[in-house]
Amino acid sequence: MTVARIWRERGRRYRLEAARCKGCGKVFFPGRLVCDKCGSREFEEIRLSDKGKILTYTVIRVPPPAHTYETPYAVAIVELEGGGRITAMVADCDPEKLEIGQNVRVVFRKISQDGEKGIKFYGYKVVPA
Amino acid sequence: MSGIVGWGSSVPKYRIKVEEIARQWGEDPESFKKGLMLREKSVPGPDQDTITISVEAARYALQRASYVDPGEIGAIYIGSESHPYAVKPSGVTVAEAIGMQPDFHTADLEFACKAGSQGMFLAWSLVDSGRMKYAFGIGADTSQGAPANALEYSASAGGAAFLFGREKVVAEVIETHSYATDTPDFWRREHEFYPQHGGRFTGEPAYFHHLLSCARIVMEKAGMKPSDFAYAVFHMPNGKFPMRAGKILGFKKEQIEPGWVVPILGNTYSGASPMGLAATLDIAKPGERILMVSFGSGAGSDGFVFETTSELPALQDKAPKLRAQLADDPIYLTYGQYAAFRGKIRV
Amino acid sequence: MREVAIIGVGMNDRWGELWEKSLRDLYVEAALRAIDDAGVDHIDSMYVACMSSGLFTGQEHVSSLLADYLGVAPIPAVRVESACASGGNALRLGWLEVASGASDLVLVGGVEKMTDVDGSQATLALAAASDFEWEAFNGVTFPGLYAMMARRHMHEFGTTPEQLAAASVKNHHNGTMNPVAQFQMEITVETVLNSVLVADPLHILDCSPVTDGAAAVILCPADQAKKFNSQPVKIAASAVATDAMALHSRESLVTIGSAKAAAEKAYKQAGVGPGEIDLAEVHDCFTISEICLVEDLGFTEKGKGGEFTESGATALDGRIPVNTSGGLKSKGHPVGATGVAQAIEVYKQLRGEAGKRQVKGAKRGLCHNMGGSGGTSAVHILEVM
Ligand SMILES: [Zn+2]
Repeated sequence: MTVARIWRERGRRYRLEAARCKGCGKVFFPGRLVCDKCGSREFEEIRLSDKGKILTYTVIRVPPPAHTYETPYAVAIVELEGGGRITAMVADCDPEKLEIGQNVRVVFRKISQDGEKGIKFYGYKVVPA
Repeated sequence: MSGIVGWGSSVPKYRIKVEEIARQWGEDPESFKKGLMLREKSVPGPDQDTITISVEAARYALQRASYVDPGEIGAIYIGSESHPYAVKPSGVTVAEAIGMQPDFHTADLEFACKAGSQGMFLAWSLVDSGRMKYAFGIGADTSQGAPANALEYSASAGGAAFLFGREKVVAEVIETHSYATDTPDFWRREHEFYPQHGGRFTGEPAYFHHLLSCARIVMEKAGMKPSDFAYAVFHMPNGKFPMRAGKILGFKKEQIEPGWVVPILGNTYSGASPMGLAATLDIAKPGERILMVSFGSGAGSDGFVFETTSELPALQDKAPKLRAQLADDPIYLTYGQYAAFRGKIRV
Repeated sequence: MREVAIIGVGMNDRWGELWEKSLRDLYVEAALRAIDDAGVDHIDSMYVACMSSGLFTGQEHVSSLLADYLGVAPIPAVRVESACASGGNALRLGWLEVASGASDLVLVGGVEKMTDVDGSQATLALAAASDFEWEAFNGVTFPGLYAMMARRHMHEFGTTPEQLAAASVKNHHNGTMNPVAQFQMEITVETVLNSVLVADPLHILDCSPVTDGAAAVILCPADQAKKFNSQPVKIAASAVATDAMALHSRESLVTIGSAKAAAEKAYKQAGVGPGEIDLAEVHDCFTISEICLVEDLGFTEKGKGGEFTESGATALDGRIPVNTSGGLKSKGHPVGATGVAQAIEVYKQLRGEAGKRQVKGAKRGLCHNMGGSGGTSAVHILEVM
């Protein structure tokens, strides 16, 4: 992955910058140019909450190359307070003890890296709250 | 008045017990536990490093000083001997993650275990001089000890962040002092994975000489003696050294214990004395004095005299306290898991 | 618009780990068989369905490469990519080209050469069918997305691991009767549940395999079909629908909205309802997708897919036989080829050529081909003429 590709998403990955449609209130993460619900092109910049609940989750046991060293690991779809959903790795947990509906907190972590010599990719994960 | 307006600490969830490391190398755990006064140490997860730990500590500091707009923070200094990059600043990533605006000064600092207190010194100086409204000083590390080396029992991970300002100060800086000589007790050459050290030379001529000298001078400058302090925090490479230093200086165990987190945390290097200070602020009452003296190999010490204010108690419960974090359901690793997490074996 | 028929089909002898065959070998073999089967002496145009020749083999621009190697250049050739729905999407484009009157003889082929990379590279290539920046970047794999659908389906409807496994057991059974199938062996619910976990709660035997393979069909206007083929099969409906790319952006985590939308359009086009379908090939890339699809295509009500499957309603002798070919699970899933091969299975069933797995008296069949975690669905309804 090129550095530009990582760099341009830092506001979203580091701070959960998102958008709320001024037409209908739908929350988008990442932000968009046009709302798929009402067609509005006017958005308000918001930041998603760092608190949420697990809607569903899994434990990845066959990983892509970037995550070989931390397998098995949990991934969840999380609904954040005040709107917005993310797919994120669940860190600092016993994957066997996760549950749908469980409260989680968003944390800042290293997600992966471009090999041994390249840039490190930071972003959001969640941990049990 | 100027001083700390917000503080936060961060410790990884993972731990390894002294017994587990000793078992791996066929050593007697009891001798290490007694000799180092250490029971277990924190281990960073594979997704944690100095940057992520600094972000969490800084976010907790801002959670406490919740009235501060991150855009008003003029500087951020991160002291660490384990910056994730040899060349590329940790500070910019942390600044972006906590929402600072581009108008700030930053530097990644290194001075073995006193890099964190150096950041605090710089941040406070800039705020105290009126150059900026707020500044962050952070000490964090994910240090490595070579397998089977004595350092492996103590080298751990964690950090603390201190936001300095001139209003709503929770701990005023009364006095500071810095003391350094060219004393090569511990070092790591570029491209080397593990540090080297001078064995027993790290004790008297290095740790004790610099730390005790700095402590005595900063107390003298402030016109204070050990009994004037409610608390004392000394750099904690193990459990024993800070207790011995305190005894030599004339401090009681009770003054040191609140910040003496090392037995269940390990040595967090640049994070060590800052985390001791954070643990102390977590429980201190208004109008109490805290002596903090760091030590960094190479070698030098930074000394601070703080006095807490009536603003302190309201902030204590606004973010997780260090001892609460340490007690919160740690995940214990086997040596194999620890070795994989720390890149000691390649998978 | 003209009515369109399938007049010839072709596949490789058997799908699987075809170490000795390259992407172009696989494709040209299937395409030549389709051309021979139809008995045509030329084609006017070609659609090549291929998901990720780039990540799997390093080769892009395969439409021209394959036209060249098939010996049909300079006819127009276009590659169609919509992840695992590439085949279904290509079939719709071929159908449109013939229906519109622009061409008379169109070849729609699909191919994937997946075993020229190792397992983790294949996992990465498949993960590119998700929203790469906001799903795969955060460590979720393709099985991981379906596993999260499965977990949620279990949570909302009480679906059990045994019910998921039932889909795999049935499809393996059907595959034993399909000479093309990659896995021609019977398995049991216990084998599935005791197989290694890939992404909880999905075991390896809940997942379709990595497969090399190709499939091709020849389309022509229905009113010319009998010139070439005594028993052509009519495309009574061809519909494609899309949905939010990221699973987390979907309105429901257990409903495949694109399948519902495409099926609704297809049923309307063909003037039939789900009750009038004699058999269906559905996109069982994972057992949970078959469970969701029998619901979302209208064969049973929402939430009952597990029970429905476990009851035998989708078995060969059931109310609506599903995946008579063995499905993606047993027949194999060379991603780009899958949607085309589904149509071939229905074609054979409608012509009474399905051998031991023949559904008696089948007159109308449906194929559903899906891309990503449901970002695309293609639904075709085929009928005897
Ligand atoms: Zn809207």
